[in-house]
Amino acid sequence: MSSQAPVVKRRIGDLVFSNLAIGSGVAILVILAAVAIFLFAESVPAFLSEQDAAPDGFFAYVAPFLFGTVLASIIALLIATPLAIGIALYISHFAPRRLSQALGYSIDLLAAIPSVVYGLWGMLVLAPFLNPSYLWLNENFGWIPFFEGPVSATGRTMMTVGIVLAIMILPIMAALIREIFLQTPRLHEEAALALGATRWEVIKMAVLPFGKAGIISSAMLGLGRALGETMAVALVLSGSGVITFALLTSTNPNTIAANIALQFPESSGTYTSLLIATGLVLFAITMAINMLARWVISRRSEFSGAN
Amino acid sequence: MTTASVTQNFQGSRSLPKWLAPTLLAVAILASFSINSALASSNPEATQLNLFAVALVAVITYSIGFYLASRIIEGQRKSADRLVTILVTGAFALAVVPLISLAWTVVERGAARFDIDFFTFSMRNVVGAGGGAYHAIIGTLEITGLATLISVPIGIMTAIYLVEYGRGALARAVTFFVDVMTGIPSIVAGLFAYAAFVVIFGPGVRMGVGGAIALSVLMIPVVIRATEEMLKIVPNELREASYALGVPKWLTVTKVVLPTALAGIATGVMIAIARIIGETAPLLIIAGFTASTNFNPFDERMMTLPVFVYTSYANQGSDAQTYIDRAWTGALVLMLIVMILNIIARLVSKYFSPKG
Amino acid sequence: MSMRIELSSLNVYYGSFLAVEDINMVIEPNSITAFIGPSGCGKSTLIRTLNRMHEVIPGAYVKGNLTMNGEDIYSPSVDPVKVRRQVGMVFQRPNPFPTMTIKENVLSGYRLNNNKMSKSDADALAEKALKGANLWNEVKDRLDRPGSSLSGGQQQRLCIARAIAVEPEVILMDEPTSALDPISTAAIEDLAIELKEKFTVVIVTHNMQQASRISDMTAFFTIADTGLPGKLIEYDRTDNIFSNPKEKQTEDYVSGRFG
Repeated sequence: MSSQAPVVKRRIGDLVFSNLAIGSGVAILVILAAVAIFLFAESVPAFLSEQDAAPDGFFAYVAPFLFGTVLASIIALLIATPLAIGIALYISHFAPRRLSQALGYSIDLLAAIPSVVYGLWGMLVLAPFLNPSYLWLNENFGWIPFFEGPVSATGRTMMTVGIVLAIMILPIMAALIREIFLQTPRLHEEAALALGATRWEVIKMAVLPFGKAGIISSAMLGLGRALGETMAVALVLSGSGVITFALLTSTNPNTIAANIALQFPESSGTYTSLLIATGLVLFAITMAINMLARWVISRRSEFSGAN
Repeated sequence: MTTASVTQNFQGSRSLPKWLAPTLLAVAILASFSINSALASSNPEATQLNLFAVALVAVITYSIGFYLASRIIEGQRKSADRLVTILVTGAFALAVVPLISLAWTVVERGAARFDIDFFTFSMRNVVGAGGGAYHAIIGTLEITGLATLISVPIGIMTAIYLVEYGRGALARAVTFFVDVMTGIPSIVAGLFAYAAFVVIFGPGVRMGVGGAIALSVLMIPVVIRATEEMLKIVPNELREASYALGVPKWLTVTKVVLPTALAGIATGVMIAIARIIGETAPLLIIAGFTASTNFNPFDERMMTLPVFVYTSYANQGSDAQTYIDRAWTGALVLMLIVMILNIIARLVSKYFSPKG
Repeated sequence: MSMRIELSSLNVYYGSFLAVEDINMVIEPNSITAFIGPSGCGKSTLIRTLNRMHEVIPGAYVKGNLTMNGEDIYSPSVDPVKVRRQVGMVFQRPNPFPTMTIKENVLSGYRLNNNKMSKSDADALAEKALKGANLWNEVKDRLDRPGSSLSGGQQQRLCIARAIAVEPEVILMDEPTSALDPISTAAIEDLAIELKEKFTVVIVTHNMQQASRISDMTAFFTIADTGLPGKLIEYDRTDNIFSNPKEKQTEDYVSGRFG
């Protein structure tokens, strides 16, 4: 006996509507492909043209910006990950029940603030505020390469950018991790409680092991955000095309995104193409990070015991 | 008859006395004050006490003292629990500090130019004081409106596809790439719109509608996710009830499923608008900036509020303070719009969701 | 106004899984037929084939013959939507449309299909259907309140009113009282007995007393083991099934020794 289902007749309304829906789904794939294709097409002239926008070649041009992008994002991630786990734990397990929703909302507000506002605040408020502590760090820990002098007079350094980016990616990471913590099977937690565990022991035994993959993937999504963040970096950092690990000085590697934002309005011809080519590099990196994060999440959801 | 003797099995070990916490706090604040004053007096450059440093040292001193007291009196397990409580609460408090600082700064510095002129004048022929963001507000409303017009139909139809029709490889691919799309950096969206428009209009193109397209790339995945969530929580029983009445699928979706999810979808759309209305980078690339009001998104440069904030600061003219003031007021208006959109979104979902 | 339903060698599938095997039975017009049997025996699956709701589930389909008044409802030229307009259905849990008022719920079968009707016609139809569902007296003063404002039993009668408003020929009820209290259950049972004057009524129930109280014919289904298809064991007049079953399995089930 064949298991072929009989053909079902379709109505015209259904046919039109379902094709519209499928068309929209396909449109998403087309848009994403178009982003890659157009960026690629418009960056080609940078490599072919005789008048050279980047005398030492494309990779020499993009390397310091790529370095700056990764460095700023890693600082942001190192600061934001433990804080995000703490915030998520506070809201999911420590805050009073009635308050937790309002607290979550106040963290979500951080995500709603436009990045240009973060930039203004970071440059005019946070940077001068942090600068004295940079002086102190340099005086006492200057032997560590990261804290080498001379310290910037304005505080507009790689370190400040990392901190601003950390604040910006904190809400999305905290929200994702909180979701995962709230999915911890109640039974596991109750089993731990029934064994006489304290709250911290419950978290250590049941919540954190369950959330490990989720924490990793949300850190990667936060990393993706930080890599692509533009305006806050463009405003806060006084950057240029250098490669250095010193985080507190006034010579800092710029990030790809901030460099594009700063240079693009004045650019023309092959230099525009060159900037678009750096944008393509940024696109490729963020896509790769995001796909990796989504892959980790999808693997986790297959193995998790949560329903 | 014997009187039952009261056992003490559940009384447990000793716990911290009630007076300990306030006493410790007082000691910590005093200690912090004296340490900071001593440091300040030894440093001739410091003219006044840094209150933030005082608070920070006090909190750290208090936490360490509290942990040690708990460790001595209550033992290792209980004290570890208390330490984590302190750390976790501290992480939360630390995250709230920038939020408060930011809100306070924007309100305080933005108030200077929060006047009628700001909302009624453009920057045309303005050098120094005066002028406003009228042209930028018009631009933001038009570009955001266009982006919404593009994103909402595509977003909702894609969500309908994923929830009501999607099966197999195509649906899996769309789900995956919608997730990937949420991660596109905003500046890349701007470059994409520019690159696409260059192909049609030639190099150096600047156009409001390009900004709308760039913002759509950022907005569509947000709308899809929000709508998808809402469609998924519409009970299947309602779809079945409708089919059983002899209603075809497309009418079931448009007249039963969508109305039931409408409040949630509206909330999601408003939150998506709030998210893109503050985008600066893509608009800087493709919509450009100008001092004049331009009502036509299909021709020439168009100013927007976030770009206004950025350029006011970045391209200061003579009498720099007036430019900085305008930047802060622009930031304040932008924040107010975002907050209001968020609040309306929450009210809509609270009062217009169908009950039961 | 009422249909005779014939099932012959009917097999019901979910993808490649055979859920119900080789059903042969005739359901008479103007009667109540009850489907009874243990959980998972396929009785709910079978009732959903009678209005082609089964195929709403992806990959689900039917083989064999199912005719109503002689017309094969699974013939390729038949529109499943039209079948469902002739065969109304009431579900296990009351499911009024939450965005609609009581009156809109009753008229939803027309309104959702874009059919226009005058206000007086609509009022008359709503009243007729609500009276037919024994609900009119309870709701006539609050027709514009949301359907979800009613009690569970009232909601279920609202769903019955909604089903009979489109004037079907057959009413299917899939465990319509399993989510209701005893008083609401009694109201639905009385209503079912009234409905058979006009309609062919098929009811799936877990409750053997209910089957014996209201049905004219009873079909007993069972399943040999999980993963195996459900089968029709015995189909007869209700009093025979409960007092004088021919099959040993039926006797075990109705006497409570099994299931």
